[in-house]
Amino acid sequence: MKLDAKIPQGSLEDKWSNYKKTARLVNPANRKKLDVIVIGTGLAGSSIAASLGEMGYNVKSFCFQDTPRRAHSVAAQGGVNAAKNYKNDGDSIYRMFVDTLKGGDFRAREANVYRLAECSVNLIDQAVAQGVPFGREYGGYLNNRSFGGVQVSRTFYARGQTGQQLLLGTYQALMRQVDKKTVKLYSSHEMLDLVTIDGKARGVIVRNLETGEIERHAAHAVVLATGGFGKIYYLSTLAMGCNGSAIWRAHKKGAFFASPSWTQIHPTSLPQSGGYQSKLTLMSESLRNDGRIWVPKKADDNRVANDIPEEERDYYLERRYPAFGNLAPRDISSRAAKERIDAGHGVGALKNAVYLDFSKAIREQGQAKIAEKYGNLFTMYEKITGINAYKEPMMISPAAHFSMGGLWVDYELMTTIPGLFALGEANFADHGANRLGANSLLQASVDGYFIAPYTIANYLADQIRVGAIASDDPAFDKAEKEVKDKLDALLAIKGTKTVDYFHKSLGKLLYDYCGLARTKEGLEYAIVEIKKLRDEFYKDVKIPGDSKTMNAELEKAGRVADYLEIGVLMCYDALTREESCGAHFREEYQTEDGEAKRNDEDYQFISAWEWPGSLDAEPILNKEELKFEFVKPTIRSYK
Amino acid sequence: MKLHLKIWRQKDRKSEGKLVDYTLENVNTHMSFLEMLDTLNEELILKDEQPVEFDHDCREGICGQCGVVINGNAHGPLKNTTTCQLHMREFKDGETILIEPFRAAGFPIKKDLKVDRSAFDRIISSGGYVSVNTGQAPEANTIPVSHEVAEAAFDSAACLGCGACVATCKNGSAALFTAAKITQLAILPQSKEERKQRALRMIVQMDEEGFGHCSNTEACEVECPQGISVLNIARMNYEYNRASFLKFKKK
Amino acid sequence: MNTLSRKIIMAATGLFLCFFLLIHFLGNTQLFLEPEHARLSFNAYSHFLTGNPLVKMVSYVLYASIIGHAIYALLITAKNKAAGGSYKKDNRGRASKWYSRNMGVLGTIVLIFIVLHFQNFWYVYKFGEIGLDTNGNKDLYAVVVAAFQELWLVVVYVIAMIALCYHLIHGITSGVRTLGLFHPKYVRWVNIVGVVYSVVICVGFAAMPLFIYFTNSK
Repeated sequence: MKLDAKIPQGSLEDKWSNYKKTARLVNPANRKKLDVIVIGTGLAGSSIAASLGEMGYNVKSFCFQDTPRRAHSVAAQGGVNAAKNYKNDGDSIYRMFVDTLKGGDFRAREANVYRLAECSVNLIDQAVAQGVPFGREYGGYLNNRSFGGVQVSRTFYARGQTGQQLLLGTYQALMRQVDKKTVKLYSSHEMLDLVTIDGKARGVIVRNLETGEIERHAAHAVVLATGGFGKIYYLSTLAMGCNGSAIWRAHKKGAFFASPSWTQIHPTSLPQSGGYQSKLTLMSESLRNDGRIWVPKKADDNRVANDIPEEERDYYLERRYPAFGNLAPRDISSRAAKERIDAGHGVGALKNAVYLDFSKAIREQGQAKIAEKYGNLFTMYEKITGINAYKEPMMISPAAHFSMGGLWVDYELMTTIPGLFALGEANFADHGANRLGANSLLQASVDGYFIAPYTIANYLADQIRVGAIASDDPAFDKAEKEVKDKLDALLAIKGTKTVDYFHKSLGKLLYDYCGLARTKEGLEYAIVEIKKLRDEFYKDVKIPGDSKTMNAELEKAGRVADYLEIGVLMCYDALTREESCGAHFREEYQTEDGEAKRNDEDYQFISAWEWPGSLDAEPILNKEELKFEFVKPTIRSYK
Repeated sequence: MKLHLKIWRQKDRKSEGKLVDYTLENVNTHMSFLEMLDTLNEELILKDEQPVEFDHDCREGICGQCGVVINGNAHGPLKNTTTCQLHMREFKDGETILIEPFRAAGFPIKKDLKVDRSAFDRIISSGGYVSVNTGQAPEANTIPVSHEVAEAAFDSAACLGCGACVATCKNGSAALFTAAKITQLAILPQSKEERKQRALRMIVQMDEEGFGHCSNTEACEVECPQGISVLNIARMNYEYNRASFLKFKKK
Repeated sequence: MNTLSRKIIMAATGLFLCFFLLIHFLGNTQLFLEPEHARLSFNAYSHFLTGNPLVKMVSYVLYASIIGHAIYALLITAKNKAAGGSYKKDNRGRASKWYSRNMGVLGTIVLIFIVLHFQNFWYVYKFGEIGLDTNGNKDLYAVVVAAFQELWLVVVYVIAMIALCYHLIHGITSGVRTLGLFHPKYVRWVNIVGVVYSVVICVGFAAMPLFIYFTNSK
């Protein structure tokens, strides 16, 4: 299938305004006759639901959490980027565009990335107006901090809880619409399938997680803003409930899945301490502004950090990447850490961590200043580890974090299923092969506030003629039956192993073979092993209870069943991309000094995978060629 | 280490609940409290028993979804800490731990340790926002906010919505939750316009949800994971009195 | 009426009663004077209070405050009992002061005391048989001295004053907050002043029966 990204005409600067000028509109009186379903209430989901509600559409908003405010956007710590150039340090929309494109290793669309940078300035305005308490200078103006992968300070922040504050702003906007009855809220509801009628997205099947009831909801358009699926690695920085099920079920109904293997492994998470562990807590990347990363020069050094003299410490990021030092982008920092850990320089009980040291910053700026900037992170670190990081360095290690991949969308954020939109982390669009720090909050918000309201209206413009969508259409019957059968089938297995056993096994396979570094042999092996694991899952998983009541194990089982399918696709994706780019590092394709070697000649495209109709068939690869008209791809160097 | 657990089991909203005893061997002190419950559930499933339902999501102390009462304290023995950030090193080998759901008239129990906190959503929905539509915002720096005001607003805005304040209040009062939002929005210049109506509406909604009065015992501040100050409640009272007075004057 | 309004009534009546206590206390310090001087001065003061129409009006406000404070306390407590959760194991008390959680109990003690106190003096003064002093005023002083010859009554008064003291310490802080004082600096000052005020008043009141008991006991 030929993929058309529908990039508007014109110069880079004019594309988005040209689009908006010519996009079709819906008459205000007609909007309340148009139904839109939004799945997910993170930054992208809440903001699009609120925005559409404000415009007068009839919106239904769903989330699996007990309230929209828990969506995992809440956990983003460091900040949100915007090209305001308040610091007068040479920032501009164009520079932010180049940084993001380069940070993504030239595996994203120019037009999308430029639009992201262009809309970034509006987002800050919007958030401030909503009462988001961003950090301020003493004069009352907004403050910025710097972040990995760039040489300007363009990151806006609310202490170490920027995601929480932005999400609460959006959540409040959403709740305002709930009060006005333009949005109907369905908390504790999980989407289990997408319903398509005549090839168009027309509704969803959801399960009420408290009562177990299966419900049908019909609409003229469906928006998936369900976040990333990095939890597929089991150990990750994501919330326990984060999942890929909504986008995966949409994929199986015809939506293409782009670059599933591009997962950002975050360099500054807390290391694993034992097999019982359920998640890896993230420490904000902003810590790298003042913290210095090092390992002992001597391998297997068992001295405590403070006993290792300065000259025996290897500040490997500063050594390898003098221009960016500790602020090198995430993929590079993570890989550098893995390289040192694999070489035997890891620290901590399991020798799986590196030090993040604040002693120099505390000496230079004083403890009070450091506490003001990162106080809550230091407190959190002490709560989890029992270690006071003002006195000794933190121990950090890489952890699965962000899915650059997701549903393939065109410039309008519409998937290959007409009427099905994917926003935020659930789509693949703007980050290329690696996301820059503080760009995820930005992308999710910009998609929801400033892009989708125009593009969804453009789609809905001719839907007014369709009339209300009936939820008794045979397509709904079929989808509902499939969902119920699947739940019953899972419950009927009654095997001997818990869902978590399978999730942990899958996660280990993916970390080892489709994680920070990949090889052809490893990926081929993983595909076979994951398929075996999947077979075992359907023979031997044990799920207690029934589907008619609240059943957390059943919820998990459904998600892991999907993960077992996504995992295979990830491996195919990584296997067929015979180059290294961004977070995707194929060991076969590296320079002599161990840097990623991109192959623009053969792989300057997005891999958009098509569901082959069955699990036994190989997934079908479609390519969207990337054209770089305005910026010439360069070798990404942070040295 | 070995633990004796007494956990509140309740089938659904209507059923009566009771404490059930469990014994858990080989608990690692580095485990988080929720990982200890995971371990218990794993054992229960393999023994063909129903696992314990409990709320949790981010497990890093920010989403506000987790929350149980442990040995009579909301979020357990540590002050200003969420349940997910509590680790087993805080308990002794052989200790008996009592685990109950958050209890208050405003928080009906859904199942086992899960409670319905949607009352908080309705309180926010009644006025805990700024009435600004997407696209209406002026350039951000046209609204200067002093460093102190921004920091104070943040202190109030940091609330997770976990409900520990309600669970720990002898009156089941949601004053701290409601007050934190009223205060944040009352002190920021961009949200001052609606402060009168906001305070009146949110307080009415808070009452409708069946929460009790604030007795200013200040227990909520101590157990709040974010340490939200009780002075927010005083500020809410001020906002309410101010709004009532202005309303009266207008009449 | 919503929860905040009810609390405002509690705060307003409570703080008015606190203020009344100060006046009452200042008047009663005359009991510490040398006995014959105390008798005349105290009796004259009592006479002034019963005769003055303004004082009479204030006294009605006072009765209304006591009754209102008690009724609203009942309403509020009933609602709170219904709204709050009860736990199989409850260690929530670690996070707050015992007296802040037991204002109802302390208040009940104080209320019982007030009834007793009225019966001891107010009722006797108004309706009882009472002699006159050399100035022709009713000799309330003699009633007071006679009453505090009873050790049990002295003990009851002292206990009541302890209860009142804790009731006031929390009540003043809480009442001022309910009325909306939120500035951290002033709140801190009010807390200090509130504690000093409560202790001084209650120790002073408790000292009166003790003083009379010990100076007059044979």
